[in-house]
Amino acid sequence: MFGNLQKNDRLLMIFFIIMVLAGPIILAPFGAGYPDLLQRFAIFGIFAIGFNILFGLTGYLSFGHAAFLGVGSYSAVWMFKLLTMNVVPALLLSVAVAGVFALLIGYVSLRRSGIYFSILTLAFAQMSYNLAYSVLTPITNGETGLQLNLNDPRILDAADTSGSIPSTNFFGLAMNSTAKFDVLGMTLQFNVGFYFCALILIGAFYLALRIFRSPFGMMLRAIKTNQNRLNYTGLNTRPYTLAAFVISGMYAGLAGGLMAITDPLAGAERMQWTASGEVVLMTILGGAGTMMGPVLGAGFIKYFENIFSKINDNVLHAWFSLLPDGLENLLVGILHFFVGKGWHLTLGIVFMLVVIFLPGGLVDGATRIMKRIMNRGKSDSASAKSAAE
Amino acid sequence: MDAILLQILNGLDKGSAYALIALGLTLIFGTLGVVNFAHGALFMIGAFCAVTLQKIFNLYSVVIDPTKTDFLGNPLKVKVPYVESWFGEVAGQAIINWSVPLAILFAIPIMVAVGYIMERGLIKHFYKRPHADQILVTFGLAIVLQEIIKAFYGANPIPTPAPDAFKGSFDFGAIIGFAENTIIYPYWRLIYFLFSAVVIGLVFAFLQFTTFGMVVRAGMADRETVGLLGINIDRRFTLMFGIAAAVAGLAGVMYTPINPPNYHMGMDFLVLSFVVVVVGGMGSLPGAVLAGFLLGILESFASMNEVKSLLPGIDQIIIYLVAMVVLLTRPRGLMGRAGVMEE
Repeated sequence: MFGNLQKNDRLLMIFFIIMVLAGPIILAPFGAGYPDLLQRFAIFGIFAIGFNILFGLTGYLSFGHAAFLGVGSYSAVWMFKLLTMNVVPALLLSVAVAGVFALLIGYVSLRRSGIYFSILTLAFAQMSYNLAYSVLTPITNGETGLQLNLNDPRILDAADTSGSIPSTNFFGLAMNSTAKFDVLGMTLQFNVGFYFCALILIGAFYLALRIFRSPFGMMLRAIKTNQNRLNYTGLNTRPYTLAAFVISGMYAGLAGGLMAITDPLAGAERMQWTASGEVVLMTILGGAGTMMGPVLGAGFIKYFENIFSKINDNVLHAWFSLLPDGLENLLVGILHFFVGKGWHLTLGIVFMLVVIFLPGGLVDGATRIMKRIMNRGKSDSASAKSAAE
Repeated sequence: MDAILLQILNGLDKGSAYALIALGLTLIFGTLGVVNFAHGALFMIGAFCAVTLQKIFNLYSVVIDPTKTDFLGNPLKVKVPYVESWFGEVAGQAIINWSVPLAILFAIPIMVAVGYIMERGLIKHFYKRPHADQILVTFGLAIVLQEIIKAFYGANPIPTPAPDAFKGSFDFGAIIGFAENTIIYPYWRLIYFLFSAVVIGLVFAFLQFTTFGMVVRAGMADRETVGLLGINIDRRFTLMFGIAAAVAGLAGVMYTPINPPNYHMGMDFLVLSFVVVVVGGMGSLPGAVLAGFLLGILESFASMNEVKSLLPGIDQIIIYLVAMVVLLTRPRGLMGRAGVMEE
């Protein structure tokens, strides 16, 4: 499978696969080893990888990617309602529908670049959101969101007699079934839904890696560097950017479909521009244009969202109980704004700091630190040499 | 005819808000070349200036009123706002009642200061960075500002009523010669429109008739040359940022009686204001104002029942549709200069 990758990429890929598959074990000590959160890691990882193919490679900043996510979710839920609870047709449809949407929106939006492109995609996403809320209620079920019902047709499935809504499954393997093991006082939870998402995440990552290393990816980078020059050499860049846009839209649709698989309902708020902003945050935070960055960013945001929103004043008081009372109350009073419901404030501040001081994201920061350490080692040995002479 | 006039009037208040925010956005973009995603947050901060002032006026002390007794015969404790005990009952109540218009005076220095700090503290460092970085950092700033307001004022809308004199509606149609009860229009919306017209007029007059304004306009046309003439154009541009912030803030202050402010009102307006700026033409001040009013009125026409039954959902998307058509057919916008950010 990896025969045609460079040696470094092969290592990266193997490392990635191990990290993802061992996710429930690695993350269990950090309190993140439960299926719901792991699934979100994988799904938003896919979403961010897809966004990175557009933004990281071509530099086109789309502020409307959540529209594709929402469309993917809606199509997957409709597939569950009408055809079967098997996830394969649902995923195929959500990717296809998101692809068609991306083709239409991309065809129009990509005629402009820079800030205009951002505003056009934003306008399209807001339009879809507003329509899903109002006129398209027969399709989207408006404010309530699209949900499964007992009396949905599901023509391919055998008649259901259990009297409860069937769960999504992969040829009979139910997505919400979990195997639990108690090891060293921790509960390891191996969830089918997570492993399904994880396998798709690995596939998505591999595909993105191939795109990054392909001549096509090279062309996209050239567009980011200097589109005018490409145009002057007589090359039409539109098909390349459109292809990148559609691919990244399909990734978003895939993520949306997976969201519907792990939790079979779809609401319009998934298409709101704050949701589009979230994937931008993830990608930038991790490092746009890098392979690992978006996945790390997605994991980072989802993990800390989960941790921070659980911390309340009582937890803080428990943390600082050793300090004198006045100091304790002061610290808790200050930190109160940054945890719990104030998590978005922390996120906003971290994001601003990253954009200001580390435009390359966390990955860039890590490589810089690594380089500094390496260089220091080298210069030390060099000075030692000169001293010896 | 009266139906058309009514829709135009209905569109004016939203149009005024769009025009004011878009004017500020364009001022910032035209002078500093920065795309400010935090401008909606400035609008919101303005609205919360009004909320704050109202809260300050309503601070009270508890006094024992010997003339009244409760049902047990004890002297009654009444809450007397400080403004009432300082200025007398009548004047004090008038001040509380007029807190929204008074907030204009309160908001101007605050907004100018906020704008000044924002430009010197953050935006200054982003002039040489790509537009995408500017968008991202101001987007982050918008989240931070919004969350700070949410932390202090909560997530629910806070009612800030207009003065009693301007509550309710009047028969606008009868005044200008239409049949009675055809065009009923709320007082405050008319005031909002007049107010925004005055603010817009002031901004234009400031740019057109003062030396400062002339230098700023020259700087917008060619920043480098103005700098070479020995004028500190950066300092003037910083002040323009403050003025743009004040314009957005005032739009927010006066908007509070129309819609009770909550922490995400800025974001809701921001997206639309960007669309307005694009339609009007990036960097064109008259374009921003014109497009603001046009789109406001268009939105109100699209929400007529006759139109909605013909094209369901059109009221939700009309502005975006117009923006798309404009961007694709005339990328420089209605009144944009050729070559300014056309690509």
